Amino acid sequence: MICAMRADLGSGGFTMPQPDLRLEIDSTPLAVRAALSQVLGHRLTTGLAPHRRGDLELVLAEVLNNIVEHAYAQGQGTILLELGARPGGLQCRVQDWGHAMPGGALPAGQLAARLPDDLPEGGFGWHLIRCLTRDLSYARIGGSNVVTFSISETDKD
Amino acid sequence: MELIATQLPGLLLVRVGQDRIDAAGAIQFKDRMRELIAPAQGRVMLDMSQVGFLDSSGLGAVVGVMKLLGPDRKLELAALTANVEKVLRLTRMDSVFVIHPAAPHDLRDAG
Repeated sequence: MICAMRADLGSGGFTMPQPDLRLEIDSTPLAVRAALSQVLGHRLTTGLAPHRRGDLELVLAEVLNNIVEHAYAQGQGTILLELGARPGGLQCRVQDWGHAMPGGALPAGQLAARLPDDLPEGGFGWHLIRCLTRDLSYARIGGSNVVTFSISETDKD
Repeated sequence: MELIATQLPGLLLVRVGQDRIDAAGAIQFKDRMRELIAPAQGRVMLDMSQVGFLDSSGLGAVVGVMKLLGPDRKLELAALTANVEKVLRLTRMDSVFVIHPAAPHDLRDAG
């Protein structure tokens, strides 16, 4: 399917004064895996429809692993993940203190045109994030990266 | 990374014996598959029935395995769970692999 690219929110997104779940995560793939397990086991997410739980896990995996691989490419750091229940879904806020996004903006996440003998082994992550979230936003705030987005309970994709 | 290979006539069937192919396991998956397919002739099929989670790194590794097979062989995927099927559909990789609704019964199940 082709995902309509939703407009990003203005920079800044939303703040989350009282998150229902707050995790500090080391920037390693195994710590990300453990954090996903915690999120998926939390009462905040256990009531979501199974396919939306799958979407949430995938989106968080993509956002967090992107930070591990790129923002903290030159050294480990901490990632702050906050989730809050909102009417109709979940709000998510992810903060890290690594390198800024190139160009100061989120990647477009467009799938590369491909040739039969030149299949891409990467470049899927931001496409998936954009397909499965709403209200996606990025801001560079005081030496940190802040990405915010929502997961709707009712979206089919 | 638990991968259980069964050589059937003309087909190497590899069952992925864990519930995720993710960023933490993608390189190991690809390295282990490289060992399994090196001596194999004919078709290669992954039984994905146990895999409930595939992220973009895992998908990259699965694509990488198909590239290891060379230009004349496609990697076949069987028994996709709903989450994995969705990742393939959203990334349009569902057209790249041969996808089967179920894996063939291996020899232990025969007769």
